[in-house]
Amino acid sequence: MDYLLETKDITKRFGGLTAVDRVSIGLKAGEALALLGDNGAGKSTLIKIISGVHQPDSGEIFIGGKKAHIESPIDALAAGIETIYQDLALAENLDVGANIFLGRERMKRSLGVLKVLDDETMREEAQKVLDRLDIEIPSLKKTIRTLSGGQRQSVAISRSIYWDAKVLIMDEPTAALGVSEQKKVLDLVRTLKDQGIGIILISHQMYDVFEVADRLAVMRRGQKVGERIVKDTTPDEVVSLMVGSETVGKGR
Amino acid sequence: MTNANPAIQGAPRGKALSGFLRKSWVLIFLALETIFFCFRSEGFANLNSLQIVLFYGVLVFLLSVAELFVIITGGIDLSVGYILGLSSIVSIKIIVKLVALGVSTPLALLLGTAATLLIGVLPGLVNGWLVAYLKVPPFIATFSMVGVCHGVSELLINGVYAMGLPKLAADIGNGHFLYVAPGSAPVLFQRPEVERGVSVLEIVPNIVVVTAIVIAVFVFVLSRSRFGRHVYAIGGNMDAAIRAGIPVKRRILGVYATSSFLASLAGIVYAFMYVSGKADAGASLLNDAIAAVVIGGASMFGGSGTVGRTMIGALIIAVLDLGLRMSGTPTFDKYILVGVILILAVIVERYMQEAA
Repeated sequence: MDYLLETKDITKRFGGLTAVDRVSIGLKAGEALALLGDNGAGKSTLIKIISGVHQPDSGEIFIGGKKAHIESPIDALAAGIETIYQDLALAENLDVGANIFLGRERMKRSLGVLKVLDDETMREEAQKVLDRLDIEIPSLKKTIRTLSGGQRQSVAISRSIYWDAKVLIMDEPTAALGVSEQKKVLDLVRTLKDQGIGIILISHQMYDVFEVADRLAVMRRGQKVGERIVKDTTPDEVVSLMVGSETVGKGR
Repeated sequence: MTNANPAIQGAPRGKALSGFLRKSWVLIFLALETIFFCFRSEGFANLNSLQIVLFYGVLVFLLSVAELFVIITGGIDLSVGYILGLSSIVSIKIIVKLVALGVSTPLALLLGTAATLLIGVLPGLVNGWLVAYLKVPPFIATFSMVGVCHGVSELLINGVYAMGLPKLAADIGNGHFLYVAPGSAPVLFQRPEVERGVSVLEIVPNIVVVTAIVIAVFVFVLSRSRFGRHVYAIGGNMDAAIRAGIPVKRRILGVYATSSFLASLAGIVYAFMYVSGKADAGASLLNDAIAAVVIGGASMFGGSGTVGRTMIGALIIAVLDLGLRMSGTPTFDKYILVGVILILAVIVERYMQEAA
């Protein structure tokens, strides 16, 4: 099996609490893996380990089959792992182009010597990536503040894609959205899969999971208690895995 | 595209109007205010008044740009007034010393100015270090700096004025860029010798020229440079800026240093204008500087504001100042009116935002 991203026996303790207990998951290119579990099941901690925020106490991470050393969020970004948190991390007072290039601004020479912001190129590049993902935003000159929740989500995703994300981790991407916007974001997830990007989706919305995910992993009290192919399971089975009335572990 | 439904056509027009009002009400206010004083104050309605407004406005212009940078990051710099005072004293001390050592006057002025600007950045570096690295709230950090600058200033002059600047400094500080005497070619910087009673046309005070150049540079920094973009990003969403890899701490340090640099420059300008330096030279200007930024539409929460709009805010105050003086009204009225306009600005801004 050639996984794009693989974790092997990841363990993380906070004092006496084992937040993540020997968890192994694998993600293939063009696949969406849903990570499910009740609050405190260890999903967030696992995600933070993969995105370099936390360091595991033991266990290994492989990217493209090679052992990876992810010691900081910068390392994760350099390895092509982008994380979109619920707050999206956009500067609402800046426009779409400025946000996609935030911290990595395009400059151009003006009058031969002076380096100035090249907003035009940044907007053009932003438009290209938006087109690639079939995202429509009326004007790229508008600030993020004027956009809807779904459009903001799209901008955050576009930023990750522009900077060559291979693995995209999305934390509750539809949580704060209206119904039609939820649908658009799910469409976007499908588009991303078609382009070969691996997606780890954290969601409480069972509908989202069954709509776009290919596989799902269920966590409970820090352990992975089950893994299913989405089309071979039912929401009922998943819920019972989450709450623990029926522990059916593979490889445990 | 034509639409038969007038209600649908009317809606965007109404929105466009409120958008226009929101963007330009400060400019409209400035125009109305100027027109008012043209009628109210004898002798206000001429171009020379404009020069005088600009001449006396320069200190507030410089301090308000200083304050703008800090306010965009969501901070505040209370120390700009006393950094101005400190620099007015330091510049005079250095220049007087250099002249006493036998350095030629023009060189002494140049070296003294450069040295003061270098020293003048120090309070800002300390402010920025406290705010960015030690997480001291900007209000507290810069408030403490007020005391430090005030104390150091008084120690330097033992409670009297700093004085003794060479006459050349006063000539520069109160001179004009261009002089036109009747019947002869215009002269740069030097006032031409004329017979008594012949009036010489004076065009643009030197310090206004200097201030305009400096402000143009900072317009560029804020709107076209990477540093400026980061300043807005920090004010818009600090977390996003950090996660995007922006060196947020260094940028904040730079912002307070910039503020301090501009306040220090204002101090030197003050020294050249009034040929004296004192600790509280800029104390009353802090209010005007913050008011100019807020009237110009910047949010105290950070993330918004431009140099252009801040200048309009500063001009509203400068016109008010001169207009009231020329109509013989005591300065206290100005304080009251600036306060009222400030509140008005915040209310209008809020109302327009909700309407939009």
